[in-house]
Amino acid sequence: MLLIRCPYCAAERPEVEFVYAGEAHIARPSDPSALTDEQWKNHLFIRTNPRGAHFERWRHLHGCGRFFNAVRDTVTDKFAMTYRAGLPRPTASEIKEARP
Amino acid sequence: MTAYRVSGRGRVDHDRPVRFTFNGKTFEGRKGDTLASALLANGVHLVGRSFKYHRPRGILSAGSEEPNALVGVSRGDGRAEPNTRATVLEIFDGLNTASQNHWPSLKRDVGAINDALYMLFSAGFYYKTFMWPKSFWNKVYEPFIRGAAGLGKSPSVPDPDTYASRYAHCDVLVVGSGPAGLAAATEAARSGASVMLVDEQAELGGSLLGEPGADINGRPISDWLEETKAALAAQENVTVLTRTTAIGYYHDNFLGLCQRLTDHLEKLPEGAPRERMWRVRARQVVLAQGAIERPLVFDGNDRPGVMLSGSARTFLNRYGVKAGNRAAVVTAHDSAWLAAFDLAEAGVKVAAIVDVRSNASDHLLKRAKALDIEVLSGWTVTGTGGRLRISSIRANPVSGSGKVGPARKIACDTLLMCGGWTPSVHLFSHTKGKLDWNEERQMFLPGAPTEETRCAGAGNGAFGLLEAMTEGASAGAGAATDAGFEAKASTYQVDGEVPCAGVGVKELPTDRSSSRARAFVDFQNDVTAKDIRLAVREGFLSIEHIKRYTTTGMATDQGKTSNMNGLAIASDAVKRPSPAVGLTTFRPPYTPTTFGAFAGYNRGDLFEVTRRTAIDSWAEENGAVFEPVSLWRRAWYFPRPGEDMHQAVARECKATRESLGMFDASTLGKIEIVGPDAAEFMNRMYTNAWTKLAPGRLRYGLLLGEDGFIRDDGVIGRLTADRFHVTTTTGGAARVLAMMEDYLQTEWPELKVWLTSTTEQWAVIALNGPNARKLIEPLVEGIDLSNEAFPHMSVAEGTICGVPTRLFRVSFTGELGFEVNVPARYGRSVWQALNEAGQKWGITPYGTQTMHVLRAEKGYIIVGQDTDGTLTPDDAGLAWAIGKTKPDFVGKRSLTRPDIIDPNRKQLVGLVTRDPKVVLEEGAQIVANPGQPTPMKMIGHVTSSYWSETLGRSIALAVVEGGRAREGQTVHVPMPDRTHAAAIAGMVFFDPDGKRLNA
Amino acid sequence: MADASRIHPLAGRKVANPAVTLTPAEPAARLSLRARPDAVAALSKALGVKLPEMPKRSATSKSGGRAALWLGPDEWLVIDTAGGDPLADCAKVKALHSAVDISHRNTAILVEGKGAEATLSAGCPQDLSLTVFPVGACSRTILGKIEVVIWRTGETAFRVECWRSFSAYAFDFLEEAARDAPIAA
Repeated sequence: MLLIRCPYCAAERPEVEFVYAGEAHIARPSDPSALTDEQWKNHLFIRTNPRGAHFERWRHLHGCGRFFNAVRDTVTDKFAMTYRAGLPRPTASEIKEARP
Repeated sequence: MTAYRVSGRGRVDHDRPVRFTFNGKTFEGRKGDTLASALLANGVHLVGRSFKYHRPRGILSAGSEEPNALVGVSRGDGRAEPNTRATVLEIFDGLNTASQNHWPSLKRDVGAINDALYMLFSAGFYYKTFMWPKSFWNKVYEPFIRGAAGLGKSPSVPDPDTYASRYAHCDVLVVGSGPAGLAAATEAARSGASVMLVDEQAELGGSLLGEPGADINGRPISDWLEETKAALAAQENVTVLTRTTAIGYYHDNFLGLCQRLTDHLEKLPEGAPRERMWRVRARQVVLAQGAIERPLVFDGNDRPGVMLSGSARTFLNRYGVKAGNRAAVVTAHDSAWLAAFDLAEAGVKVAAIVDVRSNASDHLLKRAKALDIEVLSGWTVTGTGGRLRISSIRANPVSGSGKVGPARKIACDTLLMCGGWTPSVHLFSHTKGKLDWNEERQMFLPGAPTEETRCAGAGNGAFGLLEAMTEGASAGAGAATDAGFEAKASTYQVDGEVPCAGVGVKELPTDRSSSRARAFVDFQNDVTAKDIRLAVREGFLSIEHIKRYTTTGMATDQGKTSNMNGLAIASDAVKRPSPAVGLTTFRPPYTPTTFGAFAGYNRGDLFEVTRRTAIDSWAEENGAVFEPVSLWRRAWYFPRPGEDMHQAVARECKATRESLGMFDASTLGKIEIVGPDAAEFMNRMYTNAWTKLAPGRLRYGLLLGEDGFIRDDGVIGRLTADRFHVTTTTGGAARVLAMMEDYLQTEWPELKVWLTSTTEQWAVIALNGPNARKLIEPLVEGIDLSNEAFPHMSVAEGTICGVPTRLFRVSFTGELGFEVNVPARYGRSVWQALNEAGQKWGITPYGTQTMHVLRAEKGYIIVGQDTDGTLTPDDAGLAWAIGKTKPDFVGKRSLTRPDIIDPNRKQLVGLVTRDPKVVLEEGAQIVANPGQPTPMKMIGHVTSSYWSETLGRSIALAVVEGGRAREGQTVHVPMPDRTHAAAIAGMVFFDPDGKRLNA
Repeated sequence: MADASRIHPLAGRKVANPAVTLTPAEPAARLSLRARPDAVAALSKALGVKLPEMPKRSATSKSGGRAALWLGPDEWLVIDTAGGDPLADCAKVKALHSAVDISHRNTAILVEGKGAEATLSAGCPQDLSLTVFPVGACSRTILGKIEVVIWRTGETAFRVECWRSFSAYAFDFLEEAARDAPIAA
């Protein structure tokens, strides 16, 4: 069972308090009607599925209830860092620095 | 005193005899014995039959790595366990054990015919044999495989024991309490860190328990051990768990520890759990698991009496038991010599030490000579004699060029073997820690860790006592330091230690045809060296494939004694170095673990949460039959004496339509949405328009996913300008709230609105029928219930029976209806009050089945029954619920995607069977033309189907391709008895104008 | 007719052994309070409890009859066991907030005694030791298969809040776990 650092509780808490919520940094378009069918399909269904660093959303469902973002390595399963929802995607060097 | 017990020796209590039975015969052991040591003390080596060939098998080891000596234990009262290792089973008075895998008896087993037919049972036997003809599968092959599969007898009654479970947290967890583990724990404890020290054995000490020779810090080992144990026990920051196996090492230093609490006790304490599963989160871990001795691979190496040399030494020094009276030794490692010396000094005649190496050390040769032991250096063992117990070995000289010379027979009643030692890296491997191959030492050693962990002692290749303790102390101090404490490793002084070395070997050389040799690699799964070579010849080159083809390493011991030998032979056959062939993956649990320990408290009522409403107890007292709906149990119907379900539901439906029914709707999800942007939030989430909904009014709300498909629905009330009372489906409650929170927190954080689940704040009583208003009028205060003041789709706050209520005028049946929300703790008594007051109208409590029928008569859908996650509002006939002028809402964009506007999509329609008595099966497929050849084209399926007492006929809802355009057409529904014709109709079967609910 | 009566979801249940007692808590008024930081001062004043703004913290009124538990960055669980009406108190506050009555949604079990921590640790994966989870600490978390709020009210006393339909499971679970507490506390 992973330990996940909740950026709102400022503490590492057990994985069972959290739920995964898909890939991060996919903002809902402000006017979906302006999108072509192709663009809307890409927004709805196309995800990066990388090997290595993955930007993803988690929710501290059975804790403070907040959604937040994380960088997790899909090979090792390890979290490199977590950060509050709304913050920009961290850069490679920020991720490297944060990695425990 | 038996012939094999050495009086006064070891850690058993020689003054405390213990009587136990094995295969019905009573034996005597000593307190402190394992079943294995006690049987050996009685001269019993034959303890079981092997899995495949039913070969007689003895006790190979003295520890948890034992592959052979598996027994069944029964304690009565349904307490029975198969496949318990005799080497870890502590005996007590009255212990009842039996051997396994034989018929009719251990000594005469007809299954042993397999052994004579061994040529047929080679690697891949199953894959090669059970291939054809196909017809043989059900009648011949499957019964055969099922009959042969499995070891031991499964218990046939529920386990009467209970199992505890506990989360724990510590700074430093030390696994293993041998010299390295004790040194590590001592150091960490001294720093003030919270320490857990666990060991699978009954007492701390590990290899020290069987080691007589050396002194630690000037004290004999046993004294040092006692002092160290006492020091640890005296520290409050130390938790010592014995009989506790670290079974698995998971992410972020999370380990599972299975503690055995009662198996060793003669009398079971009342109510005590049998085992406790510790789930430990440690800041730092020290793995000091020790090493496992490797068998040698030669013809007949599985005969009872053949034993690992270190185990024989443990049996002697820890339990005071001689493995035999005339021992032979075959070894590739110095440590077996020490076993020979200890046994010789205890009075055992050691007939010969056969060392496959030609260059034994002088100090060993000198001591052997002093003890009058013949040494055969540069020799091999090519066979063993005897039937149920070894009686001799066949030893041959091997020349420098590798030529095997003539055999010599050496009589013995036990053979001690040693192929070197394998560091136990299982837990380290669970963490995906890298293993590095050490070519010189021919072993895998822990490499770079992936967790906050350190390996120390023999498990890290530090086999010497001083080396292990130094490494342990350093690991303990390092772990404490990394956990934030101040620590510095102590130094130890060890005197009298004999340094040991050895070489790695594959099968021993032989003068006989190797294809006939029964040289076992995996004892438990009966895999021989020949099987592994055959697998390689047949093209299996990866160790993972070889493992699965031959089954080596797949038994309950998970290759503890077999992995390295299997790898050495495979690497020789493949002609690639060991690291290139690779090691199979070690997986948890480290040793077999009971299902009970894993299940813990999750059994019986605690297996699954059963949610009950405040009114549930009334339903139970009044004979309700229940059905599960998500985690809830809901009253399904209320049969009267003599009624079946059909009759009860017909009566409930009729009473509701004609007069008055009451229904517990408390499980409906409820969400209170509060804030100045509440209406805007609702506009964005739901398809409908909310801005103009006046306070005090209700509206049906439809929720889509962003893909445009229906996710949930419910009636939503606006209490004030900034407060909505949302209802959801029972099963959708948590999902809908999570979806709303997601949009609110991550897409629209600027909206000033908050969501609170109030599902359980309110008990909800639905009252339906022409007399519903008459019932509540005298009980409600503060609300004008007239049709004009409180029309259909209204909500108001007042009191009922003196308690606060949110009263909804709403109907899911098509009748005049109210939903009475009261604070949950008042739910039952309000329900009872309404039930009493309603008697004059024949008020009838009804369950979910009647609710389903009544709503289907009106064509009201149930999300999750009539929808399946692929229906759009238009598919479900709910296009009217879309706010046409809204610029956006969740899912809106998807509603114009090309495949969503296809007119031939499956649409929800009514279905009227030609024969009104036929109730179609829900899920039944629909075809346009029943005469077409199979496979027929299916154009839809039935989603809901009931007998309607009101209409005197069956009704159904179905999804059909382009269904609405087919209204009036006949379709066909194949059912098990015959194919039924039905006409496609509208979805509303009853009171299409809605006169009744507006009454 | 007589007014309807109130029925406790855990009526009649009680467990006591030498290490731990389990007692259904008396009825209380409860509020789910949501607000942004700018409303905290006004709400604190109205409630008579300084709403804690740090994770895992709780605060209690002077009389001790009312407490506010931090559950999230904008969320508090207000519990009044002294017969007060926190909903009415909040209604007087003009600053933007959401106050929803959940008095009946939740129920609570008091877990007390030297084995209390061990009993909860049977199903709660958080570290509940005094150094990490001191008196006054509170957290929404997991107990076995359900969500709970655990609040440490004393060195050997906890209040476990859960939704009413989960309370039978919670009590059953704790009762089972309590059997192990005297052995392993």
